Formats: sequence, C-alpha cells, structure tokens
Amino acid sequence: MAVPKIVGIETEYGVALRGAPEPNPVVASSLLINGYVEQRRVGWDFEDESPGRDARGFARDGSQPPEVETHLVNAVLTNGARYYVDHAHPEYSTPECSDPLEATLFDKAGERILARSMDAARRLLPQGQEIVVYKNNSDGKGNSYGCHENYLVDRNVPFAMLVRNLIPWFVTRQIFTGSGKIGSENGADPCEYQITQRADFFEEEVGLETTLKRPIVNTRDEPHADPQKYRRLHVIVGDANMCEVATFLKIGTTAIVLAMIEDGFIDKDLSISTPVAAIRAVSHDPTLRATVDVAALGRCTSIELQWEFLRLARKYADETGLEAPCGNDEIGKMVLDRWENVLTALETYPMTLDGQLDWVTKLNLVKAYVDRDGLKWSDPKLELLSVQYHDVRPGRSLYEKLVRAGKVERLLDEDAVIAAMADPPDSTRAYFRGTCLARWADSVVAANWDSLVLDVGTDPLRRIPMMEPTRGSKEHVAKLFAEVSTPRQLVERLTAS
Amino acid sequence: MPEREQKKKQPPGKREEEVVEEAPATSERGEKLKEDIDDLLDEIDSVLEDNAEEFVRSYVQKGGE
Repeated sequence: MAVPKIVGIETEYGVALRGAPEPNPVVASSLLINGYVEQRRVGWDFEDESPGRDARGFARDGSQPPEVETHLVNAVLTNGARYYVDHAHPEYSTPECSDPLEATLFDKAGERILARSMDAARRLLPQGQEIVVYKNNSDGKGNSYGCHENYLVDRNVPFAMLVRNLIPWFVTRQIFTGSGKIGSENGADPCEYQITQRADFFEEEVGLETTLKRPIVNTRDEPHADPQKYRRLHVIVGDANMCEVATFLKIGTTAIVLAMIEDGFIDKDLSISTPVAAIRAVSHDPTLRATVDVAALGRCTSIELQWEFLRLARKYADETGLEAPCGNDEIGKMVLDRWENVLTALETYPMTLDGQLDWVTKLNLVKAYVDRDGLKWSDPKLELLSVQYHDVRPGRSLYEKLVRAGKVERLLDEDAVIAAMADPPDSTRAYFRGTCLARWADSVVAANWDSLVLDVGTDPLRRIPMMEPTRGSKEHVAKLFAEVSTPRQLVERLTAS
Repeated sequence: MPEREQKKKQPPGKREEEVVEEAPATSERGEKLKEDIDDLLDEIDSVLEDNAEEFVRSYVQKGGE
C-alpha cells in the first residue's frame, strides 16, 4: 500500500541587485532573508541526523547538543518553511504538506514572503539600490537554478522501478508543467519558443548531480525521515510555476503516479528510448506533435502517453482510492478532472489553457506583443517579457498583471495565502515545528526537517526527533500544546510517555 | 512557432476541426476582445522595464542547486 505522499517544493529564486556598483548575489540574498526575519533568527541545524530511538515518535534522544550555526543565513519560519541562501540565490522550501492543494498554497505563500522581503531589504539599502527576485529557472545565458519537488516514497520500492516509470513520466508531463522560454540554451538546438525552462539543462538519465550534467531522475538519498521506511524522492526536472493550476497539477499527478508505482499498478513497460533527446524534443515543440518511442506503445506523442497514465490513474482511483497520493478522494478527483481537461485542451486548442498553464499564458502574452508591435522572435523585448512574467514584485510582475485583469484562474483564496506565510499546515510535523517557533522562538536553538533542538533553561539542550513526517500534526499535538505553557513542560510531557 | 517535421499520429482533421469550432466570433465580440487585449498590453507597457536590451544583457545569474 502506497505511503502518504507528503510533499514539499523548494524554489531558488533568480536575484538581481540593481543600482549597486558591484552587485553580489550572496549579499543580496542574505539581505532579503535578514530583512524578512524580524524576530530572532533560528539557526538551521546542519548536523547529520541519526535516527531517534523511537523512530516513529517524539521520544527524546538525549544525545550530545548540536553545533549551533549562527553566521549562516538560514531561517526557519513559523509556517514550518525554511528560508535560506543557497548557491547565490534566495531559496524557500515549503513546509511538508499532505496534499497537492496545500503544497500549492505554501508555494504561493513563498512568493508573498519574497515580495515582503524585497520591501524589507529596500529599507536597508542605500537610495537608488533595489533587490528584485524572479521565480524562474534560467537567465537565458546558460545558467539555471532549480525548483525541486520532494515526495515521500516507500523505501521498499526498488529504485530501478521508480526510474523506469518516472523517466517517461517526467519527459511527458512537461506539456503542463512547463513555464515557457524564449529560445534555447546549453548547446540545445535553436528554437523560437519552448515549453519548459529546464529541459535544455538535462544531460543524463539518472544520477546524483544537480548543478552540472543534470539527470532526469536524481538519486539523492537523504530521506529527512525514518530511512528504514522512507525515501524522499528529489525531483529536479521541473520548472517553477506561477500558475496555481500548473503547480497543483504538477504535484497532484506526480503523487498519483508515484503511488501507482509503489503499488505495482503500472502494468506495462512505458519506458522510452533516448530520454535525454526526448525531453528536449518535447520541450522544443509547442505544437505538441513531437513523438517518443514507448516500449509498450510504439511511437506516440506526449499527450498520448499522458492519456495512458491518466487511464491507469482512473483505474487506480476506482480500485484503491486517492487518499495516499492526494490526502483525500475529493482532491484526488480534482486532480484527475483537471488532468483530463488539460489533456483534452492540449490536443484540441491548447491556447484555451491561457491562465492555467504558464507556458501557454506566457506564449499568448509574447504573441500579443509580436502581433501588435511586429516584433521578431529575437527582439530583446520578448525576452524581457519572458523574464518579467516571473517578477515577484506585485506591481511589476506581468503574471500578477494578468491575475488582476482576470486572465488567470486561481485555485487559492488570497486570505489563505497570506495566513500561510505565518501559520503552518495542520497535517504534518511542520505543525509541530511551526508552533514551537511561534510560541517559543527564543528557546528553539535549531531546527531541521526531522528534529528540533530546544533550550529548556538547563543543560543539555534537548533534541526532539521527528522522524515520522505525518506525526506532529495538529490532530496529534494540539491538545498537548494546549496543556503546556513552556518548552520545559513540553519536553517533560514528550519524555514522560 | 517552430514547426518541426513530425509524423502526426492524431486522426487527421481533428485538431483543425476543433479550432474551427472555437475560432468564429461575431465581429462585435472580436472587436471587444481586441480592445481588451490592447488595454491589457497598454497596462503592461506601463510596468515593463524601460530598456529591454540593457535589461536582458544585465540579467545574469549564477547557476544554482
């Protein structure tokens, strides 16, 4: 039986420091985060984890106190997210979420956090300087930065089985996950416009790298959870999305496919030949006619292979339900219906997905300029449109302009997005982490995905392992939080049982 | 749009048919749509960075991940 698909999205934002004589992206990223975190910053605990004695609960492990990092810019937020500097980019990792809609919500909350960070940084900078961030994945000059998805996966599933099924999945899901890009990079064949930002950067089928020779399936094995039970599948092949529908579909459909793989439900060989060439060919063809060679089906288009995945998913939903991949059947049905609508539109009249898929929305915008101004595809104005679409400043973001003009379909309530900047999801251990930070920021010495270190006023510091991502939810710990008023009492209660 | 030479597996005509169904609009509706788009582009013009060439040249990122 598939394990619950606890998911998270990590986004590296593009960053520009305008007006500075020698702009330094690391400094700019640090300013954003420091500016945002007004309360005492909580250091991220880099110490390698060893599993706690009771790997499924919150039992105290009583080990040595960890090294506390104070100089690195690394913040844990009260919504359970991590906000830090990574490779000269500001990076926001959502808290662990238990369904695709929740993941979409916390991903969007990240954009709002970055927007507020820019306002905060403006106050720290000299007159005439400004930091601007972009939620995209490439500078158009061969430099790429990622938007990674993470999914909880059963450790018992052989990795080779994941690889076999995931490669065709990742190659073909691009047709709805792509954010669109003018031209090509990194030695790929020239094109005017392509579906994804990232496809040009993938050079291997499977591997550990993330910064060069990027593989379609990444093998990083760092579960941030009980390693006997779980993997964390680290997906590096996707684009950062602005459209809520695109994020929701990307996460929801991938979670369902993973659940089907775990349950051995994919009953035919969907592996494709020459995946590295295929991922580019699919991305480079916005007419969606590019074909891939599928072992069990022969040559078919991405849409045709996607229909096969959807057919299996509908059958899986009927037989098993979608609680494991999507949190509940209602959201599961939302994913399936959206998926079907999108495939139908893609094979008939893709441009009707304006406002749902980023690559279509951006293409329509660019084409409108081409038509009005008679621009060539090489005109820098089109590249500007393509980048500024992802600008995170509400007043300058072209995506936000389209939202305000009613051109973009929203799935989220904006009040809920604002609340998610501060409040953690109810459904995972992020609730425990975020609540501890909100209540006792001064006592949280360090936090990590799978542990929290509290200073209860006496030595040693107390480490609370959180090896089970579904535990520590509101349902699980709300009563406990209501009954304690200090970190010391919390630790006493956790260790008493 | 980049047109690549691909064998088309779709049943012939399906794509075209659907397009035809979607496309016709009364000229009045067409005018209104065009006005809407023009208004939107004007609005976008007002927030677009001033110098596209300079913007594109200076937007350089370090690789990440």
